[in-house]
Formats: sequence, C-alpha cells, structure tokens
Amino acid sequence: MHWLTDAFQYEFQRRVFVGGVLIGFTNGFLGAFVVLRRLALMADSLSHSLLPGMALALLIFGLAPMGLFFGALVAALIVALGAQFMARNSRLKEDTALGLLYTVAFSAGVVLISFVKVRISLVHYLFGSILGLSNADLWTIYGISLVVVPLLVGLQRPLLLTLFDPTVAKSQGVRVNWLNFLLMFGLVVTMIASLKAVGVIMLLGLLIAPAATVYMLCDSYPAMLWGGGALGAFGCCTGLLISSRWDFLPSGACIVLVLGVFFFLAYVFSPRYGLLRKLRPARHFHAESLARWPGKTVEGEGAKKS
Amino acid sequence: MTRAAPSLDPLAAHQLSVSDLTVSYQRVPALHHIAFDVHCGQCVALLGPNGAGKSTLLKTLAGLLPRETGKISFHHREVSGATQDFAYLPQREQIDWDFPTTVRGLVEMGRYLRVGWWRTFRAEDEKAVDEAIAAMRLEPLEKRQISALSGGQQQRAFLARALAQQAHVFLLDEPFTGLDKPTQDDLKGVMRTLRDLGKLIIASHHDLTSVPALFDHVILLNGELIAAGAVAEVFNEENVHKTYHTPTFAGPAKHAHGHSHHH
Repeated sequence: MHWLTDAFQYEFQRRVFVGGVLIGFTNGFLGAFVVLRRLALMADSLSHSLLPGMALALLIFGLAPMGLFFGALVAALIVALGAQFMARNSRLKEDTALGLLYTVAFSAGVVLISFVKVRISLVHYLFGSILGLSNADLWTIYGISLVVVPLLVGLQRPLLLTLFDPTVAKSQGVRVNWLNFLLMFGLVVTMIASLKAVGVIMLLGLLIAPAATVYMLCDSYPAMLWGGGALGAFGCCTGLLISSRWDFLPSGACIVLVLGVFFFLAYVFSPRYGLLRKLRPARHFHAESLARWPGKTVEGEGAKKS
Repeated sequence: MTRAAPSLDPLAAHQLSVSDLTVSYQRVPALHHIAFDVHCGQCVALLGPNGAGKSTLLKTLAGLLPRETGKISFHHREVSGATQDFAYLPQREQIDWDFPTTVRGLVEMGRYLRVGWWRTFRAEDEKAVDEAIAAMRLEPLEKRQISALSGGQQQRAFLARALAQQAHVFLLDEPFTGLDKPTQDDLKGVMRTLRDLGKLIIASHHDLTSVPALFDHVILLNGELIAAGAVAEVFNEENVHKTYHTPTFAGPAKHAHGHSHHH
C-alpha cells in the first residue's frame, strides 16, 4: 500500500512546488511596481479588504470558487475607490482614508467569517495554509499568473515611463490612467490567487520583500522585475516546503520569514546601498580638497616634502 | 504622415503657431485668447508674475491640460494633444531620484515609444541614444545612477532624453531656478547647443536681468498676452511694467483665501 502514499506525497509536493513558483514569481514581479510607486499601504489595504468580500461570498454562495473570487474583487475595489472618494471630498488625506476603510472592512470580515457554517478556519485565511490549497485554488493560481505576468511584461516600457514620472509620460501620449487601473487590477487578482497559500496578513510581505531586496542591490529596472520574480519564486517555494514538512507552521509566515532573511542580508551587506557601507567612516578628503588651489598642501599630517 | 504643401516662407515651415488659446480652471481663465508664433532655432523666455499662466501654457503645449478654445499647430500640422514632437521637462521635485536607472537608462526611455512596447532596440535607436548623450556631454557619466549627478548634470540627462525622443520643441518649467552661476552658464551653453540643432526651446523664467543674455525671444504673459517677439523689440520697460504691475486674475473675489470651490 505504501506506493500509494508515496505517490500522493510526490503529487502533493509537486503541486505545492508549481503553485509556489507561480505565486512567488507573480508577486515578486509586481512588487517592483509597488515599491517604486510607494503603493505599499495601498497594497496592504487591498489585501485586508479581500476578507469581508470572501466572507460574504461564503455566507451567500458557500465555497464556490467564482463567488469567492468576485466577492474578494468587489470588496477590494470598494475600499480602493472609496478611499479615493473620501480623500477628494473631505479634508482627510488618502492614507488616513485608506487606513480607516480597510481596518473597518477587515473587522467586518472577521465578524462575518465567524458566522460561516462551512468548516473553515479563520486562522487559515489570516496566515496561509498549505493544506487549504485545493485543486480549484491551484487552477486559479495558474490562470491568474498566466494573465498577469505576460500583461506586465508586455506593458513594462509604458509602465516604467508612468512609474518614473506620470506627468511626462502623459505628455508623451502614454495612457497613464488606464495603465494605473490595469496595475491595480493585476495587484488585486494576484492577491486573490495568493490568498490561500500566504494569508491576508503576510500577503504584503511576499509582494514587497523580493523587490525591496533587489532594489537594495542594483540600479536596474529590469533586474528589479525579473530578480524580484525569481527571488519571490524561490522564497515562496522554500517557505511552502518548510510548512509542508512541519505542517503545524502557517505557510505565509514561513514564506515571509525566508524572504525576510534575504532582505535583511541585502539591507546590511549591499555593497552600494547597504547599512555597513553607510556606517563605515568615509576617508577624509582634506588633501584632495586643498589640491584644487595651487601652492597649498596639507601641513603637518604626512605632507611630503621634496 | 501627411504634411501640408510647403510654404514659400522658409521660416513658416518650422513654426509653432498658437491662436486664440484659452485654458480655464473651473471656469476661471488662466490663459485668455493667447496667440503667438515662434520658430525652431529660438530660445524663448516665458515671462510673467506668479499666477500669470506660465506653467499652464507649458502644460497645455505638452498636451497635459484640456483647452477651452484655440488651436496649436506645428509644422503646419494641428497638434491636438500629447505628441512626441514636444518634450516637457518636469521640475526637479517631481522626480524620484532613487529610481533604479542610470543616465543611459534614462536617455533610453526617450526611445521607448518610438521603438514600441516590446521590440528590441535597433542600431538606429542605439545611435540616437549615443548621439543624445554626446550632445549633452554625458559620456563619462552614462553608467551613473541618476541621484549621483549634480543638479546641472541631471538637467542635461533629461534634455538628452528629450533629444533621443527626437523632440523638436523643448518645454522647460523654470530651468534656471536655484542654479548657481557656473551651472547657469552650463545650461546656457546647452540651450545654445539645442538651438543650433534647430530645436525650439520655451522656458518659463523669473530673473528679468538675465533675459537678454540667455534668450533671444520673449513671451510676456499675464493671463492675456502682453507681447511676444525678439528680445530687442519687445523686451522693454513699458511691456515689462505692464506685465508685472497688473494684478493676476484668480476668479471673482468671493473667497478671500483664493480657493476655488465648486458646488
């Protein structure tokens, strides 16, 4: 009989592996846009507001994947657009409006999900669960990754122009508003795809940690996109495998911890922008400064006499 | 691309014409029936007090603001919105200088929309980038990240991007503000280079004393057009006085604090 359990185990590991690569890559790739456009707070709000949408869909439609998908999408849209509306029509700034709306939405989600009769655990939605990855979830992950990544790759030049300076991009004829909308849409559907594996709370970490790590290391935009994707895929797989080996560990936390290790290594040891580089006392350029004027040399401290 | 029949007047072929241009913010006109002609190979100063509509004019030319009335034409073709022929240079504060790009990467951005969304750079694109970098004397700096440049070098990098874009009209928003004397001289030299390449430079400007040294043409603006033409002809005491000693119009004086509310 043990050939069966072996095969199941093999199948399960493989599934985890493929799902992890796709989720990790898509998030890591998107992360560059989030980091460079300073959308981290926005992304965090979006991820948290998925919960009430899914909870409501669970109450009404049960575990139907389509219901969950659209419930989450609508909830995220309401929070994102609602915050913009509030910021425009009152003296509140957008960060406060967003913070308020998403915490309220998240609380509503927590309350609602407690009423759900289906056997699901809130903890799985919050922190991610590798055991919760069903076939339907996996198909969602395949589908969304295969739409979002090619879309972002195809649009990377106009997106870069928009990220770098929206005003100038607009003056060159780039459709900035449309691209921003697409970016937001890609962000939300990617989060929905990653929700089960990573959990609401850790989604932001998987999204921004890979891009932030590469950002500390280099000055190339393509490297940030592809490097972020690769690091995300690696971190995601490693995290998932750790949590499937020790199945009491929530997968989201394992993934973000793995990525966190990489980030802090880059933050401290980056040759160009790292903390150590900043802390190392710079050499004093006294002699060079004086050398600009003819006839002056540094007196006393080691000036050569000819 | 179709062009109108070439005019007999050689100057008119390289002409930017603005006629009857009105731009309003919530029904309060910032520019009122403006009309002027300028030509390629000119350095034009855009002068006027704060709130006179200098930035509004630059942004309208760049296709960033909707027009209420008016026509803009360049090379006898009507310009209806954003176009690659015009390059708008942002003010310094607008840029995230930590953006992961080098000088060369920045200049390459100028080619993106010509190359297409995903096609690779052809030899002519590389050549355009090389030439733009050379014209702005940035060769030794091309591998630098953009925050590791001086203010003047940063401006030259953005001008190089516009050159690589093959823009003909350069729209600069207060390029001389906050520059020390050597950097100012440097930018002046760069503007001459661009002018000799046949580009048209339109820059908003604040320091009246430096106008004759830096520019050959002026547009004097205060909501309405006061005067436009060669420095020698229209940049005189009378016009300057008229431009700067008329209060700017910010809408009917209902709100003391100057906000425009709409209900």
